[in-house]
Amino acid sequence: MSAGFIASFPSLVRRERASLVATFIAPAVALVVALVLNLSLYLLMGRDPVAVLYAMLLEPFLSWASFSEVLLKAGPLLLIAQGLAIGFRAKVFNIGAEGQFILGAIFASAIPVWFPQATGQWIWPAMLLLGAIGGALWASLTAFWRVRLNANEILVSLMLSLVAAQLLNYLLLGPWKDPNGFNFPQSVMFPYDAMVPTLIAGTRLNVSFLITLALSLAAFVFMQKSFSGYKLQVGGLAPRAAGYAGFKEGWTIWLSLLIGGFAAGLAGAAEVAGPLGQLQRSISSGYGYAAIIVAYLGGLHPIGIVVSALVMAVIYIGGDNAMVSANLPIAAVRVFQGSLLLGYLIAIAFVRYRLEWPKTAQKAAHRSPS
Amino acid sequence: MNAIEFILAGMLAAATPFLLAALGELVVERAGVLNLGVEGLMALGAVLAFIFVYHGGGHFLGFVAAGLGSAALSLIFAFVTLGFRANQVAAGLAIGILGQGLSALFGKTYESLTVKGLPRLAVPGLSDIPVVGGLFVQDIVVWISLLATFVIWVMFAYSKLGLVIRAVGENPKAAHAIGYSVITVRVLAIAFGGAMAGFAGAYAAVIYTPLWADGMIAGRGWIAIALVVFGTWMTGRIFLGACLFGAVSLMGLAAQATGLDVPSQLLSSLPYLVTIIVLGIISADRRLLKLNGVASLGEPFER
Repeated sequence: MSAGFIASFPSLVRRERASLVATFIAPAVALVVALVLNLSLYLLMGRDPVAVLYAMLLEPFLSWASFSEVLLKAGPLLLIAQGLAIGFRAKVFNIGAEGQFILGAIFASAIPVWFPQATGQWIWPAMLLLGAIGGALWASLTAFWRVRLNANEILVSLMLSLVAAQLLNYLLLGPWKDPNGFNFPQSVMFPYDAMVPTLIAGTRLNVSFLITLALSLAAFVFMQKSFSGYKLQVGGLAPRAAGYAGFKEGWTIWLSLLIGGFAAGLAGAAEVAGPLGQLQRSISSGYGYAAIIVAYLGGLHPIGIVVSALVMAVIYIGGDNAMVSANLPIAAVRVFQGSLLLGYLIAIAFVRYRLEWPKTAQKAAHRSPS
Repeated sequence: MNAIEFILAGMLAAATPFLLAALGELVVERAGVLNLGVEGLMALGAVLAFIFVYHGGGHFLGFVAAGLGSAALSLIFAFVTLGFRANQVAAGLAIGILGQGLSALFGKTYESLTVKGLPRLAVPGLSDIPVVGGLFVQDIVVWISLLATFVIWVMFAYSKLGLVIRAVGENPKAAHAIGYSVITVRVLAIAFGGAMAGFAGAYAAVIYTPLWADGMIAGRGWIAIALVVFGTWMTGRIFLGACLFGAVSLMGLAAQATGLDVPSQLLSSLPYLVTIIVLGIISADRRLLKLNGVASLGEPFER
């Protein structure tokens, strides 16, 4: 590659001040770019892009029933992403939310599996709490490994997710398998009291959605208004300054992972005690990984994440629709998610940088001596 | 054949996907870039190789397709992280998700189909030694992987190219100042890492277990990244680590064969648990990591 070849490319020049406009436009640009790329891919695959577009982006909004499913799907994504974003801002990369979600589901299921005869309105709140604790405990392993053993939290949390999936399989094929379940890998159906009460009659939307919204508000207050949230952010932006100010790195890591694990565990509990009503193999459909994208797409900001969780939920529901109506493989959703994050990472560069074309750079150089 | 002979004979083949991907990631990280997308790059390589071999293209073309395809995907990573200075962790995760999605998409109509593997070639004489003889009966790709390990070791230890890559990773500003193009070196390193991950996936899908199943990489890409840390960025140690993981992944099979009453899920999670434990042990020696680590790992380069 000759120097002249490289010089003909536009270069990134740091802006004097970050562009607020670019911050808001970036997710939308990413969405449009991902849409164009993926629709082209569907066209290459011989699918009708208009039909896919209709099924993916319009159908979810066409009836209250399908929109309520979008909200239902947005719940766990929103909850997990809020927890992860707090850690990401502190540069603690917990990417094991999938495992923390599974452990939350397992912990919550312990009550109806072990005490199927129990009754009372205390059961579902106890399950949610137990699930959150389970998720936090699983995440605390990563925190211990990182703080005490200096191990990379990305690798440890991911490995623990793979272990969690095996643990779930073990329970469902072994001790927790429903004896009357025709040998399917799933637990007994939960009794009525082990289910989170429905919010709106006729939909599957339940009280956990309100809890999720309340916790989103709490995340906003915590990150934008509290001193602890401030300490976390300083730790992420300027670790050295945080050290001089006496903010402990270990504290940051523990708090980030415990919050992330708590939120993911709660989401897992709400899933088994909500729309699923039992512990199954396919409890997650990749929420833990999708939530990472949701967190970034929302600019790691509690309000942005509310919007991006809805967008991601539409992609999930729309992907299901397109699978049925346009014969699109479900893997297309993952391709879309990956390209969406890549598009966002490109678009977000324009918050801090602007493009400068070689010609304008030369002009600027000519002008500057005067 | 007892358990030890079984593990010795199969260890190198089981280690090869880990080894190839980890060697690629080693070069990438030595150049100062952290690419976490290995799992997805391997998955894409695996499905491309499988499709080529399934349709009679042969193993050689299968590996070529896997290498080219995964290198192309890794260049998207390079475009985003080097061109737009994006967060390498997030971009790596995105490439991983994209690669796994693409592999599932391309592989949908091939689910559970099988192809023929490659014959194993014996080293005359050595392969007749009792107990360890199995080590010397391997397919051609294993032999090439061993050669590649040696070549990469020589490159980092003795060649100017190795020095340039390390300089770019240790102190990109200084490397730039003395006239090396940091971006060019990093792009090439990323493409190399992508191709190696593609080969690793291809080996897994058309030779080691010659069948296609969605998710068949099963965390091996992530273990390969961990191997680079285990080996503290040194070629020889990464090779030993890959052998360890080859042996660990066979232990499950060996244990089942002896009729040991352990849940199969525990055996399946053995490589993950070993990764977690070894990662803890190695990382606890902070001095070792600091000494051998790559100074500018994961940081974008700005002139």
